[in-house]
Amino acid sequence: MPIILPSTQPAAHGHLLAAAFNLNYPDHYLHWGFIIVSVANLVVIAVLIALFIAAMAVPFLRPRPVPSPEAPEPEPDRRSGAAAAGGRTWTGAVRRVGLRFLPPAKLLPDHQPAYVASWAYVFGVGTLTALVVVVCSGLALAFEGPAWWHLSSAGHFVNSVHLWAVELFMGFMTVHLWFKFWMASWRGRRQATWITGVLCFLVAIFEAFTGYISQTNFDSQWIAFEAKDGFASGGIGAFINPMNFGQALMLHISLIPAAVLLLVAVHVLLVRVHGVAPPIDARPEDLGSGEPDLSDKATVAG
Amino acid sequence: MSALDKPRATNPTHLSRRQRARAEARPWKGPLRHYDIIKEATIAFVVVAGIAVILAALFSSPDDPPVTLRQWATAQPAGFTQVALSELEGTSTSATYGPPFNNGSGSVQWLGPISLQKFFGVSWPVHPDRSFVLDPLSTVPATPPLTSAMRTWESASAKQKSGWTGAYDKAVGKLRLSASIPAEVAGAGPVPEMLSSLLAMARSGALDAALVTHGSFYSSNYTNAIMFLGDSATSQDHSYWNKIVTAEHLQGSQWGVMNETGSWPGQPWLWLYSMWYQVPPMSTSGNADILVIGIMTVLSLALLLLPFIPGLRDIPRWVPLHRIIWRQYYRERPD
Repeated sequence: MPIILPSTQPAAHGHLLAAAFNLNYPDHYLHWGFIIVSVANLVVIAVLIALFIAAMAVPFLRPRPVPSPEAPEPEPDRRSGAAAAGGRTWTGAVRRVGLRFLPPAKLLPDHQPAYVASWAYVFGVGTLTALVVVVCSGLALAFEGPAWWHLSSAGHFVNSVHLWAVELFMGFMTVHLWFKFWMASWRGRRQATWITGVLCFLVAIFEAFTGYISQTNFDSQWIAFEAKDGFASGGIGAFINPMNFGQALMLHISLIPAAVLLLVAVHVLLVRVHGVAPPIDARPEDLGSGEPDLSDKATVAG
Repeated sequence: MSALDKPRATNPTHLSRRQRARAEARPWKGPLRHYDIIKEATIAFVVVAGIAVILAALFSSPDDPPVTLRQWATAQPAGFTQVALSELEGTSTSATYGPPFNNGSGSVQWLGPISLQKFFGVSWPVHPDRSFVLDPLSTVPATPPLTSAMRTWESASAKQKSGWTGAYDKAVGKLRLSASIPAEVAGAGPVPEMLSSLLAMARSGALDAALVTHGSFYSSNYTNAIMFLGDSATSQDHSYWNKIVTAEHLQGSQWGVMNETGSWPGQPWLWLYSMWYQVPPMSTSGNADILVIGIMTVLSLALLLLPFIPGLRDIPRWVPLHRIIWRQYYRERPD
């Protein structure tokens, strides 16, 4: 009996007819030595590199300058007013700390350093908004249940939005990471911002993985079978079994997204607290002092 | 000389790293521009959501149905029976796997003298002879020959069972995967009756259900079904599942970790993880998975702690892409 490849079988609900381009045919693969890459993956990688180059090369929108540096926001008075209200209560203490590190003008700014006028900076907000689309489409899938998207055209379309939003999320985050590396954005005591960003990236990879094994289709079946060896070898398999669909789905829609959202929230708050890193070798007066603080006796570094 | 390659005479490169960090941590006192964070976020959301919807409408998403034991047993009766025999006699990959599924050692991986796999022990017990063969057969409506065969098997000694499975293996082990299996095999005791019943069960689709129910009405655990199917992938190069997987470029040796069915992009962000499987010693090692996990753990930690690693953290200063990114600042704030 001939073997029928699942990918050649027509979809039961005809969703593929609704797509403008049918990608449900065997992909072309390119071989260079030991490297094998699908045209589809190569296109994604090429688009990301093109975005990286274009974001550097294309001039940003003409900025509307602020005539002169605005007066710094006054420190909240600790003895009176809103900051002091609450006295010695825990709530008051939390509010005072919040206002000290993240006053409203920092949390919701209406001006920013002029050097931020570059397309290099749009990939962070691109990542965040793609995450919102991922979460919204995921919530719709969760509401209807794991079988919905196999059975209805509407469900399949929402799943498609979810998939492409994930590709955008991971793609934007990758380009964002590239830029933050080349801008050395951990400078100026911003190491925690970098670390939370990298953690977001790593946890998001695991989140995407649990999504792939929660699909209840050919992909999830094979990926779960292959992944069990990696999990088992590292001891993680004692706790997470990728062939246990219930566990994978629960992780995908609860614990891991909670971790991603928490990390993203901390990362964004750190960006707001510390601001974006200044240009490498920015003028000392732009960094807050005409004369740099030379009191530090540390060894001079190159 | 352009602003990009002009050295900045007054820049604070002569400062120590700590002095520079202190200066760069201060609130920015240079030129500012207007910014509307809510407007930017709203525009970004509309654009990104629009792109996602357009991509979904243009390209849809993959959804190939899973492979079933029914399809496999129908297409390759002898192949299915050979694997079922290995489950019954305890020689399959699953039966000899080791932690976290059982106490075997066939798939236990070591990183030098350490095996995290063994350290954490068995947490998802899988016993293929019982879970994949005997328990499903016990759910088949009783027929006198099968009932008798099951009773004979259960009461036999290990040596007797080994003799029967050995005789049956001689009869079916060399058959083409798509061949039919013999109804009777001399010296194989109850094995032909049991495995022909299991084959019939699989071809009817009942085995797919029996492997996931675990005696409960509800189930969401497909471990038994996937491992049974997977034993065909590990023991038969041209098994039903392997042929499909190879055609879709999903095998580990085909960088399958980052690939997707059809012509959709997969997980290109896993390219580095996938690459390590292709190069020696991982490409030929029985410890490939733990070696790759070890490498990726070290690399991930290096990325995470990059701000603290001398040399690596200085690369952006040495390769001046930042002079292109911030060219407007360097041009407008010349030394």
